[in-house]
Amino acid sequence: MMKNRLSSTRLFAALAIFSTITAVMLAQGQPARAQLNVDITQGFVEPLPIAVSDFYGATPEEQLIGHDVAEVVAADLERSGLFRPIDKGAFIQDPAALRNVPRFGDWRVINAQALVSGTAELQEDGRLRVEFRLWDVFGEGQLTAFAYTVPPSIWRRVAHIIADNVYKRLTGEEGYFDSRIVYIAESGPQNRRQKRLAIMDQDGFNHQFLTDGSNLVLTPRFSPSLQEITYLAYVNRVPRVYLLNLNTGQQEVLGDFPGMTFAPRFSPDGNAVVMSLAQQGNTEIYRMDLRTRQVTRLTRHPAIDTSPSYSPDSRQIVFNSDRGGSQQLYVMNADGSGVQRISFNQGRYATPVWSPRGDLIAFTRMSGGTFYIGVMRPDGSGERMLAEGFLVEGPTWAPNGRVLSFYRQMPADARGKQVTKLFTIDLTGFNEREVATPIDGSDPAWSPLIQ
Amino acid sequence: MRLKFLTLIAAASLLGACASDTEETSGGQGSGAAAPTTSSSAGATQESAIQGPTPGTQEHLTVNVGDRVFFDTDKSDLTADSREVLEKVAVWMNSYPVATVTIEGHADERGTREYNLALGERRANSVSDYLAALGVNPNRLQTVSFGKEQPAVLGSNEEAWAQNRRGVFKVN
Repeated sequence: MMKNRLSSTRLFAALAIFSTITAVMLAQGQPARAQLNVDITQGFVEPLPIAVSDFYGATPEEQLIGHDVAEVVAADLERSGLFRPIDKGAFIQDPAALRNVPRFGDWRVINAQALVSGTAELQEDGRLRVEFRLWDVFGEGQLTAFAYTVPPSIWRRVAHIIADNVYKRLTGEEGYFDSRIVYIAESGPQNRRQKRLAIMDQDGFNHQFLTDGSNLVLTPRFSPSLQEITYLAYVNRVPRVYLLNLNTGQQEVLGDFPGMTFAPRFSPDGNAVVMSLAQQGNTEIYRMDLRTRQVTRLTRHPAIDTSPSYSPDSRQIVFNSDRGGSQQLYVMNADGSGVQRISFNQGRYATPVWSPRGDLIAFTRMSGGTFYIGVMRPDGSGERMLAEGFLVEGPTWAPNGRVLSFYRQMPADARGKQVTKLFTIDLTGFNEREVATPIDGSDPAWSPLIQ
Repeated sequence: MRLKFLTLIAAASLLGACASDTEETSGGQGSGAAAPTTSSSAGATQESAIQGPTPGTQEHLTVNVGDRVFFDTDKSDLTADSREVLEKVAVWMNSYPVATVTIEGHADERGTREYNLALGERRANSVSDYLAALGVNPNRLQTVSFGKEQPAVLGSNEEAWAQNRRGVFKVN
């Protein structure tokens, strides 16, 4: 088994994502009279006007943190497409006065439907305490309130958690802002593209490169624990599936297979990886138990069988096969039995990914020279296209199963200049947004919510 | 050693004449015959370096036989043109029994990444199988797939894609 250090230990210490966060639900006060709700199932909805006040800080340092936290909360909510943060210049009540109780009339006149207020306090023990409250402006009541005590260095996570709470309270759905994306950072012309493994928060901050670009790397995927990433790397021009431990920086080749291994993906419990093994011109799907290293073959067909993805209950696997003559989507039981084709419309289908909610499968479809990102139910019904282009590929689900990320590649010019960018889009097909990355990006994989 | 160096330069300049704007040399089928020999003035005895690539090398294969075959979209079966090239490759390999070759399978960019990795592997093996059927010892043949990761020809158009759907011989 090959093991080597990827990079400095310090980098990985900085990546350690499990920090102590103490969360307390604050007293709820009087309940809101009105039920403020954002319906997110109906396609395009008018974004809800929301006021996110700077959080109150007693000292200039605390004021700055309070300002930054509010900015991150507002930016998260805005990017979801469901909320329209109101310009702070219109605010009448200042953070100090708002610390006690909102003057709802002040917020009604600027037509804020909801209001987020809070405080930031650096405690004597060096930890940061952030309180936030979400208010129903027209119902004149508090909707939810929490306090967090954390190391000050992870203030951005607190902001994301607050945004998740606001999102959840107002939409009824779990949030997805306290999550990360691992992807392939790219640069250079088409035929000498340098590719590096990179990781960042879902809003593009805390960006880190994980590999130096000396080896070609592709298709990274998160373990459910967020501790590990599995991906394809060409080391000495030999393509193999690798496992990277984010805490230690150790990477190891996964298994000792006679051919090329690729298309890895974790099982929902994180204890296994499903992947393809190509040998003598035949690609089959295998499952490897990560504890026993026992390998089980799941498909037996002379066609290409690849891109496996588990259902969240681990009972089924959706995959890509050309056994019917062209690339299509198939579902099988987790032991490989009961294979059924689920894609039947025109074109070729690829890269199926099961939603963490279990209700949908996202895919790439190629038809008539156009690429699409779409979703269908696991039985193949209800197919919808969400995005399209010269080349869009590789959908990945946000942890709440309501938003997808994918990458978009523009046609290269005659000199091989290539542009690939990451995007997110709502499940309804609205609100497509580019995810800002330092250089080009492809193959995004969204993490589960950080626990 | 010096002789080899000279012949490499000769081969490089030969290839330079037909190299397009690509990283890899685009030999294609039947590109170039043997290196031209310098004709000297009649009657005089003159020593000259043997021009052309060293037999049994990558350059020799590329110049005399061709270093690649092409595939149709989403296909891995060999065209008549490809089989013709492979027959010459088989003869070449039997002439240089020490040479071992890695066959790289490639796909164009008009597919998805993982499927194209599998397709490239299938293409490389389709080439390898045919050479083995022609009597080349399979132990001398390795395969690797690069999927759509390493296009030979730049641009996003039919001509580029046609040349990027390929199997390439790399003499080890």
